[in-house]
Formats: sequence, structure tokens, C-alpha cells
Amino acid sequence: MGKSTISKIPFKGTAEQEQKLREFIAANKGMQGALMPVMQEAQEIYGYLPIEVQRIIAEEMNISLEEVYGVATFYAQFNLNPKGQYKIGVCLGTACYVKGSQDVFDKACSVLGIGNGDVTEDGKFSIEATRCIGCCGLAPVLTVNDDVYGRLTADDVPGIIEKYQKM
Amino acid sequence: MYRSHVLICGGTGCSSSGSAKILSEMESEIKKQGLENEVKVVKTGCFGLCALGPIMIVYPEGCFYSRVTVEDVPEIVSEHLLKGRVVTRLLYQETVTDDGIKSLNETNFYKKQHRVALRNCGVINPENIEEYIAVDGYAALGKVLTEMTPDEVIDVILKSGLRGRGGAGFPTGKKWQLARNLVPDADQKYVCCNADEGDPGAFMDRSVLEGDPHALIEAMAIAGYAIGATQGFVYVRAEYPIAVKRLRIAIEQAREYGLLGKNIFGSGFDFDMDIRLGAGAFVCGEETALMTSIEGHRGEPRPRPPFPAEKGLFGKPSVLNNVETYANVPQIILKGADWFSSMGTEKSKGTKVFALGGKIVNTGLVEVPMGTTLREIIEDIGGGIPNGKKFKAAQTGGPSGGCIPAQHLDTPIDYDNLLAIGSMMGSGGLIVMDEDNCMVDIAKFFLEFTVDESCGKCTPCRIGNKRLLELLTKITEGKGTLEDLDKMEELCYYIKENSLCGLGQTAPNPVLSTLRYFRDEYVAHIVDKRCPAGVCKKLVSFEILDTCKGCTKCARNCPVNAITGKVKEKHVIDQAKCIKCGACIDNCNFNAIIKK
Ligand SMILES: Cc1cc2nc3c(=O)[nH]c(=O)nc-3n(C[C@H](O)[C@H](O)[C@H](O)COP(=O)(O)O)c2cc1C
Ligand code: SF4
Ligand code: SF4
Ligand code: SF4
Ligand code: FES
Ligand code: FES
Repeated sequence: MGKSTISKIPFKGTAEQEQKLREFIAANKGMQGALMPVMQEAQEIYGYLPIEVQRIIAEEMNISLEEVYGVATFYAQFNLNPKGQYKIGVCLGTACYVKGSQDVFDKACSVLGIGNGDVTEDGKFSIEATRCIGCCGLAPVLTVNDDVYGRLTADDVPGIIEKYQKM
Repeated sequence: MYRSHVLICGGTGCSSSGSAKILSEMESEIKKQGLENEVKVVKTGCFGLCALGPIMIVYPEGCFYSRVTVEDVPEIVSEHLLKGRVVTRLLYQETVTDDGIKSLNETNFYKKQHRVALRNCGVINPENIEEYIAVDGYAALGKVLTEMTPDEVIDVILKSGLRGRGGAGFPTGKKWQLARNLVPDADQKYVCCNADEGDPGAFMDRSVLEGDPHALIEAMAIAGYAIGATQGFVYVRAEYPIAVKRLRIAIEQAREYGLLGKNIFGSGFDFDMDIRLGAGAFVCGEETALMTSIEGHRGEPRPRPPFPAEKGLFGKPSVLNNVETYANVPQIILKGADWFSSMGTEKSKGTKVFALGGKIVNTGLVEVPMGTTLREIIEDIGGGIPNGKKFKAAQTGGPSGGCIPAQHLDTPIDYDNLLAIGSMMGSGGLIVMDEDNCMVDIAKFFLEFTVDESCGKCTPCRIGNKRLLELLTKITEGKGTLEDLDKMEELCYYIKENSLCGLGQTAPNPVLSTLRYFRDEYVAHIVDKRCPAGVCKKLVSFEILDTCKGCTKCARNCPVNAITGKVKEKHVIDQAKCIKCGACIDNCNFNAIIKK
């Protein structure tokens, strides 16, 4: 754990997004333990949680930016950087690992030329090692956004990535 | 009345292999044939045999179709549903006998199972409360609210011997009793459910949420009544979107039917519940961290005492139980404590669900009475190890557990026996490993996980586990010494004794158990500089044998051009360049390349 990188990619939030977030906060800030749901909604709206968005949250919730930032960096699912258009996940859960998912993951990284958590320069792909996604019967598994590919070997990876490259 | 029911699995495994498309194709094909008033299509939760997905069962015949594709659907409709002719080629082989079709319950996979927590998974439509009610759903809540006092409820749970299914196995009745009595004048109490399912290779709780969400709601309301709480929270991993969706639908329906909300069953008892999503932190499965996270903070564990029964969520007395624990509760209320305690071993009652994975034929979900042996689960139910490989170890308890070698396969599984052989029950992940898995590498895999997930609050866990991982890494690279093994062991015990929460206290278990049972593999890495399973990359090398025909295929396909040689002459691998990707072995048509 413990991510601390601040996004170098310029923030491109719209006024509509901001309004949507502010409305959600106004409607939910009275709820007990509202911060996590608010941050989850913010990530839903923007796709990630840049410092600009964290600032809106802090302001609307009347808490310090440090607190928001502290929570954002604690949980692996809050992204401080934007993800790719196609989010690739390779399951490194135990069932997949013992069936060779590390090789699948390494292959995907080498095909894309990026490492765990990174995004390709054109913003098209990002890659992440995930944990059990509940399809151990299909191990090893790779996901691209909502599509699941199972019973893979490293050799299947280039073909799958190519499919999305062309989209 | 429908004359046929088609059950299509909507569990995670089958959904991922396309069951949603099969379902919509089935519905439209049935319409096309004008059968919509005769055949009903039901989307269910996981059947357990995920390895054979997507799965479909057609009743009344009970035909179990496996690995169904969208293209198969028209045939199933026109042959089976229209003309009554079973599509034999799609049947699960195990169910086909000389005199016809065997019922699913007689197959090896299901025969030894006993479904209590999973009883409705794969049977009812989880998105329809009436189907749950039709199988005695909410009858237990009704009974509790109209016929029993809270103390009587706690008494039944105590007597049943139910212990927590989330890991440690604490008696559930005892937990409820403490939460009821410790702070008599509390103005508010909470009932929480741990659906964070952090074990990286397990999905039991997910299947209950996806296949039978009302059972959880009913049980939490019962717990609320027992301890005197009016509000519940379910903390679910965000990675489980289908589970969250079905739980949301179920909560809405329960509210509509007056089974959540004010004055339930006219008893004067109020109870409602909400869902909170996790955000990818394993430590949030620990009870105090989970509560801190629901409160909206960094999910760091708090020192105990005070225990949650006294000061839990928002500082109020709280109960936290695992999904599977709750799933047992309505059945215990309806069928009685004696029924439940008649299953299992002396100190571990009832059944346990395992997510069977890894090197095993029938990957999936199984539920067996406590006391079943590992051998029965792996060989009889699981169908053994595929590809004629040899069994090496079974891993239970996830990152907190250990690896169990062949000599203990006949141990009856229960909480205490598993602890005695250096592992633990954990939440129910059961991963089988064969001769191709390196036990040093597996220990390292789990330790990488815990190092990554340590919240960093206390030093023994934060620094100690990192040191331990460095030592392990050294060994997998062939740079370890025999003294390192002693150092590691010492460090393990130090971390276990001095860490603040369960994560640190159990993190060294995979290392200790592999050291205990597979010390020879550690020694091979250290003394012979060899990885017997051929997994640790730094220790394997690829070599071309004299049988090489000089076809050049390997050389052309090596990603780093490490192979040289003239046409029709023996090729050689430059070990300094080789990155050990293994591509050349796959490329050689003459079996002239070996891994050492
Ligand atoms: C690091 C850590 C992770 C845990 N993860 C889970 C989990 O994912 N699910 C779970 O039910 N219990 C988990 N537990 C156990 C819980 O702390 C707690 O004991 C349990 O949820 C209580 O419910 P039970 O008595 O019904 O088992 C975890 C414990 C630790 C220390
Ligand atoms: S043992 Fe590890 S996870 Fe638990 S509090 Fe200490 S540092 Fe955090
Ligand atoms: S293992 Fe990979 S890198 Fe090494 S020689 Fe074979 S193909 Fe080349
Ligand atoms: S592929 Fe096999 S036979 Fe052909 S050159 Fe390589 S080692 Fe020799
Ligand atoms: S371990 Fe990969 S899906 Fe379960
Ligand atoms: S998900 Fe379909 S059988 Fe498990």
C-alpha cells in the first residue's frame, strides 16, 4: 500500500461533473461514514480522484484535504491517476497463480511495454494485477474492462490485446 | 404451471464464460417456438461445478448440460424442450449411465456434499423474494419475532455449536451474548456482516451473496433482534458488482414486503440495513479495521480491548459475522440446535464451504460436513489432480494459513485439526498444488501479498515481514544460506508474537508451514542451487540436447535472440542472454530442449 504519486496529466473535469458531485455530496453528507461512498461516487464520475476532485470533496464535506488524501492513498481502488480506455487485469489470486498467471501477467506487461499500475502513452491500455475475481474455475483469468478471458496461457495474450488495439 | 424449468447459472464463473448471452438466447428461442407459457427460465446462483461452466439444468428430467454455448441453445430448445429428446452430447459425462441419466446428487461431485449454507444457490432465482419465501424463507425470522425471546435465540445458536466461518472460529452464540449483555444501557447497537472476502483465492461468500442474498438479510435481522440492534451494515468488496447488485435488489424487496423496516411481523421490532463498499484493502477484513472503514477512515486496525461487543462501530456495541456464518442461522432456528450439532466433529459443528481451486479437476464450490477428510474432498469430490500429475500440497487459510502435505490428507477437517497441522480453516480457500509448484515460491507469493497489504501501523509487521520476504527472495535466487533458514524461523515467531492485528500475527504461517513440511525444497535451493519444481527463474536453465535437428525454429522465436546455430546443426543457448521465458521448449517439435 501507500501510493503517493500526484497525477501529471492535466485535469479535464467538466462543470457538469462537478455539479453532479456537489449534488451527491449535498444529498449524502448527513449519512454516517459518508466519506467513502462520496469518494466512490466521485471516482465513478471522473474515473479517478485527482487532487482537484479531492479538494471539492474536502470543501463540501467540511473536512481537511489531508483527511481526504489519507483515505485516497490508503485504499488500492482509489486511483490518483487516470486509467486506460481498456483496463486490463490479470488475476494473481492463489488459484490463478498456481496455474501460471504470473507468466500471463508478465507477457501482458511486455506486450504493452508497461508495468503494474501503469497506462500506455496513448492512454489506451492500463494494466493491473488483481486478486481472485471469483472465476477460479477458469483460471488463469485476464479481464479487459468487463470482458473475461479464461483458461489462458501466455501465448493467448498478444491476440487478445490486438483485438482491442484495433477497436 | 410450467411443464419445464430451465435453470441457468448466473454465478461469477458462468457469467464470465457467457451465461448471460445464453440466457437471453434461451428466452428468445423459447418465444420463437411459442413455449413461453410452458417453459420457465430461471437465472440462479453458482451450482458449484464452475469448471464445467456455463451450466444449465433442465427439469423435470434433471439434465445437467455443461460447457453450453450460445450456438447450442436452438438445439436444446427444439430437441429437448419441444420434442423431449435429451441432447446427450452436452450432458455432464458423470451423469450419463447405461440406463439413462443419473441424478446430479448421485455424481461423485455432489454425493459427499451436504448443502446448508449453499442450499439455495443454484436452486432459486436470487432476484425474486417469492422464490426465497417459497423455500421457507423468512420463516425463521417470523418464528424468532413471534415465538422466541432474544435470550432464547442466543441459546439456540450457542447450543448449535456454530462457530465463525470467517477465520478464527469464535463461537457465534457467545459473540451475540456478549453484545447483548456487555453494555446494558446502550442507546444504539449494530449488526455487521463481513463480506470483504479477502483471501485472494476464494469466493464462497460471493456465491452466497449472489445466489441467496435473502438468507443473509434474514439472518442479520435475527441477530439484530438477539442483541438489540436496529441497524445493520454489510461491508462488501467493491470487486463484487453482481453480488452488490443482487443484495441491493434483495434489500429493496425485503423492505417492500415489510421484512425490513418498522414493526416487522407486527412484533414491534425495527430493523433496516445498508451496504458499504470496500475499496481494495485486505486489512479491512479484520474486524476493527472493517468498522473504522465503514466510519469513513483509513482502515487501520485498533487495539483490542475494547472488543466490538463493547465498543464497535461508531463506538457502539456491535456484532460482526461472516456471510457464511449468517447463512447457517435461519436453518438452525428452523431445524433446531440438535439438528445442526449432529453434523460435524466434537468441537466443530455443521458444514463448511470450500472454494476448491488450483490443480484439481473439479474446480468450484463444495460444502461438506466438518470432519470430512482432505482426501475425500480432493480425490472424490474434486476428481483428483489433472494430467496425471502428483499431489504435493493443499493450501488452506489463504495468506494466514499453511500448506498441508500428502501425509496429512486423511486428517478430518475441523478448526482444531487444521491448527494442529500448522494451517488453519480460514474462510475456506482450498488450493491444490502439484509437483510443478515450488513451495518456496508459494511461501514467497503469500508473503508478497501480506507485505503489500500491511497497513504499516506497527513495526513487527511492516518491517519484519519485509525482512522475511528479502530472505525468501534471496533463497529463490540461489543466494541463501542454511543459517538464513534459522534466521527466518526466529523472525517468524517474533512477528507472530508482536504484531498488533491478525494480519501480522498470521503472515508468517505460510513460511513456517512450508519450512516444516518442505524443508528439503528450501535446502535444494540453497545447497544445490536448484529449484526442484523448475519454477524459480533464477535457478532454472534451458539446454538443447544432442537430438537437436537444427531446424532453427527455436532461434527464430527466442524473444532475446539467445539461441544460435547453423541450419541442420545443433543449436546452443547463450545462458547470459536467456531470460528463461520457456518459449523455445514450446517451439521445438523434436523435444530437443529441456528445462533443468
Ligand atoms: C487481516 C484479516 C483479514 C480478514 N479477512 C476476513 C474476510 O475477508 N472475511 C471474513 O469474514 N473475516 C475476515 N477476517 C476475520 C474477521 O476479523 C472476523 O474474525 C470475522 O469476520 C468474524 O466473523 P465470524 O465470527 O462469523 O467468522 C479477517 C481477519 C484478519 C486479521
Ligand atoms: S499487524 Fe500489520 S496490518 Fe495489522 S496493524 Fe500491524 S502493520 Fe497493520
Ligand atoms: S528460454 Fe526464452 S529466452 Fe531462453 S533461450 Fe528459450 S526462448 Fe530464448
Ligand atoms: S527447435 Fe528444436 S530441433 Fe529445432 S533447432 Fe531448436 S532445438 Fe533444434
Ligand atoms: S484466483 Fe483468479 S479468479 Fe480466483
Ligand atoms: S458460477 Fe456457475 S457453477 Fe459456479
